[in-house]
Amino acid sequence: MTAPTHTEGRPAAAAPSQTAPAIELRGISKAFGAVQANKDISIRVERGTIHGIIGENGAGKSTLMSILYGFYKADSGEILIGGQRTDIPDSQAAIRAGIGMVFQHFKLVENFTVLENVVLGAEDGAFLRPSLVKARRLLVDLAREYELNVDPDAKIENLGVGMQQRVEILKALYRQADILILDEPTGVLTPSEADHLFRILRGLRDEGKTIILITHKLREIMDVTDNVSVMRRGEMTATVRTADTSPSELAELMVGRKVLLRVDKTPARPGPVVLKVENLKVTDDKGVERLRGIDLEVRAGEILGVAGVAGNGQSELLEVLGGISDATGTVTLNGTPLDLSGPRADGRSRRHAGIAHVPEDRHRLGLILDFTAWENTGFGYHDLPDYCRGALMDQTALRNDTRGKMERFDVRPADCWLHAKSFSGGNQQKIVLAREIERNPDLLLVGQPTRGVDIGAIEFIHQRLIELRDAGKAILLVSVELDEIFALSDRIAVMFDGRIMGERLPGQTDETELGMMMAGMDGKAR
Amino acid sequence: MDLATVIQLLDSTLRLATPLLLACLAGLFSERAGIFDIGLEGKMLAAAFFSAAVAAMTGNVWIGLLAGTAASLALAALHGLASITFRGNQLISGVAINFLASGLTVLIGQTWFQLGGRTPSLEGAARFQEITLPLAGVLEPVPVIGPLYANVLSGHTILVYVGLLAVPATWYVLFRTRFGLRLRAVGENPGAVDTAGVSVVGLRFSAVLICGLLCGLAGAYLATGLSAGFVKEMSAGRGFIALAALIFAKWRPWYALAACLLFGLLEALGNRFQSLEVLGVTLPTQFMQALPYILTVVILAGFVGKAIPPRAGGAAYVKER
Repeated sequence: MTAPTHTEGRPAAAAPSQTAPAIELRGISKAFGAVQANKDISIRVERGTIHGIIGENGAGKSTLMSILYGFYKADSGEILIGGQRTDIPDSQAAIRAGIGMVFQHFKLVENFTVLENVVLGAEDGAFLRPSLVKARRLLVDLAREYELNVDPDAKIENLGVGMQQRVEILKALYRQADILILDEPTGVLTPSEADHLFRILRGLRDEGKTIILITHKLREIMDVTDNVSVMRRGEMTATVRTADTSPSELAELMVGRKVLLRVDKTPARPGPVVLKVENLKVTDDKGVERLRGIDLEVRAGEILGVAGVAGNGQSELLEVLGGISDATGTVTLNGTPLDLSGPRADGRSRRHAGIAHVPEDRHRLGLILDFTAWENTGFGYHDLPDYCRGALMDQTALRNDTRGKMERFDVRPADCWLHAKSFSGGNQQKIVLAREIERNPDLLLVGQPTRGVDIGAIEFIHQRLIELRDAGKAILLVSVELDEIFALSDRIAVMFDGRIMGERLPGQTDETELGMMMAGMDGKAR
Repeated sequence: MDLATVIQLLDSTLRLATPLLLACLAGLFSERAGIFDIGLEGKMLAAAFFSAAVAAMTGNVWIGLLAGTAASLALAALHGLASITFRGNQLISGVAINFLASGLTVLIGQTWFQLGGRTPSLEGAARFQEITLPLAGVLEPVPVIGPLYANVLSGHTILVYVGLLAVPATWYVLFRTRFGLRLRAVGENPGAVDTAGVSVVGLRFSAVLICGLLCGLAGAYLATGLSAGFVKEMSAGRGFIALAALIFAKWRPWYALAACLLFGLLEALGNRFQSLEVLGVTLPTQFMQALPYILTVVILAGFVGKAIPPRAGGAAYVKER
């Protein structure tokens, strides 16, 4: 095949070629110590287009955008905004140049109103009232123009993430941004919220705004962008028209080799019920009921995928089953009831019972980042006879064991003395996975197995999970990525507001139906 | 209790609440901007000493006030340097400032005056004089309101009125101005301020310096208004009580006024009644005088409702990728 490797983008059909590009970067380089985050990057973003930037974690996308928004200064290279050479030493300069940024983690003041957040930093004078009056009027106009309806007097902390994101977009528009950069904007959205966002973005583009969309989701790139640039290891490997490319070509450009986008798997051969959950309820310390009576079953040799927007009780479900938090109800493992509160409702007892847990947040619950890889591979199992000599830890055994795990799971670099924080997301996840899988559990709980993990490692992790299933183990998978749910699950349960909205078979449902169920609507009603 | 006693008690409450109030508002500015400050005590103490010392030497209380405020500002700048510029631990910096002030005031005091760390007694123009508010004499015969105006509100030094006026002023600045919006934002989410193109460091430094200014007034009032000269450790934990009042007030100016008046009342009660009989039990002097401190512990232990501090409080801002 002919991989496009030119770095000069062809003008997109949507933009008249005689006008200067909205943004042009020439030879941008940036190093952090020995790490070359951006190497001689050149890119043209045409005015009035949606330009996707895609690349694996650590490919340098965020660094490049941070340079554009004045967070970092490039070591060399130049930035042209609308054909003019522009220095961007700080965010103020970026805003002046007409650049607005919607960060992955919103930069909003939680206990301020929408209006206050929009005005912050862009006030008209020393006194607030005139700015607030003006902003309120402008917000009404913008809401009408771009479907950006938000209650100006609502507090941010009372808004859902989709709404918060609109506030971020409004902030940029209030500052009269012509160029809008969005960093992984759909990670926290339901499919229908994402669709709404894309409608907004298309509307903005049609008004002549330029949009840069940073994402690792190939489908979004194909759906919404006009042009796409691919980054790999700090370099811009290609810029192509979206209409001229395909997901598999982009994936190959990102990773540098052919990637399987679909997971190869045979139909499941479910055995007896391993995990049975009945009427599981959890109330958090604020008195809010987070799980409102969950019933589910997972059989040996199958993967039950739990889909849902983050924050609908999936985390609590994993934590209760993993022994991290208390609950009421009944949970049995191979017919034996598990303690849901009291001293034996802890992670250690769960592991002894045969439940392994790959937590959703590996930095908080899966690893101790300042400990070495070999220390991390022992956690939770450190008291097993294999790793102990009397009361002492058998460090040699642990280290040898870690070396073996690193080899089998292709952890790079394969150095068991390295601190957990020095590994990339994908390799950190492999360390956790190796620890949990290789103890031969009956049930594996796995949350967001590929969050922050690059495509190559995703492929590897998915294959391992399928292998574990084929070895007759039960797997409970929680993921907010519908693609992942579809790729791995033998059955899909959808959670909304602490309840299971229903179960579907992957072959007999689609994203639209699951999306509606994730939003609390009965999928069958469509 | 007759009216005269009540009047006397309220008068003394206002007097004693003033240093707390000024320090409390000082802490409010700092903490609203995300910089915890347990060094209020040290700044007050330094201001008390330098105001008294300079007032004693020059015979002019205004020059004393200036010196006291300058000392407090210098310590505030030090706290800013440690916790904002060098991103040090705010608590440790505050503790260091308390020790520094406690040691330096006695040391310098002894060197300058050889009075065991005290300053000479202040008299005349070296002290703040009591101000009689207009119409106080005319209104005094009016029942209830008269004595309240003439004997409680009137007859204090200028700094008491500055303290009282600082409450609405703080409220206005915080909730009605651009500076206030940014200040509150930087204490909640400095990232939002930074990406909006506003300097986090600049905002936090201005907050810390305002804190220094108000602490300076509080300390100067202690030595040149409430008392007539500096005595070692004369702040007597008021900086910490002001912090407790700040938490009690949930970081709001008007609540701060109420909280400080309550603490002032307790202190006034302790001073007025050496022992008090309640339901047949005689409370000892020691208990009465410990009242403000007991309330402090109760508040800090979180018995009085849930107080949510500014979310970014206590943490240095490091730009993330």
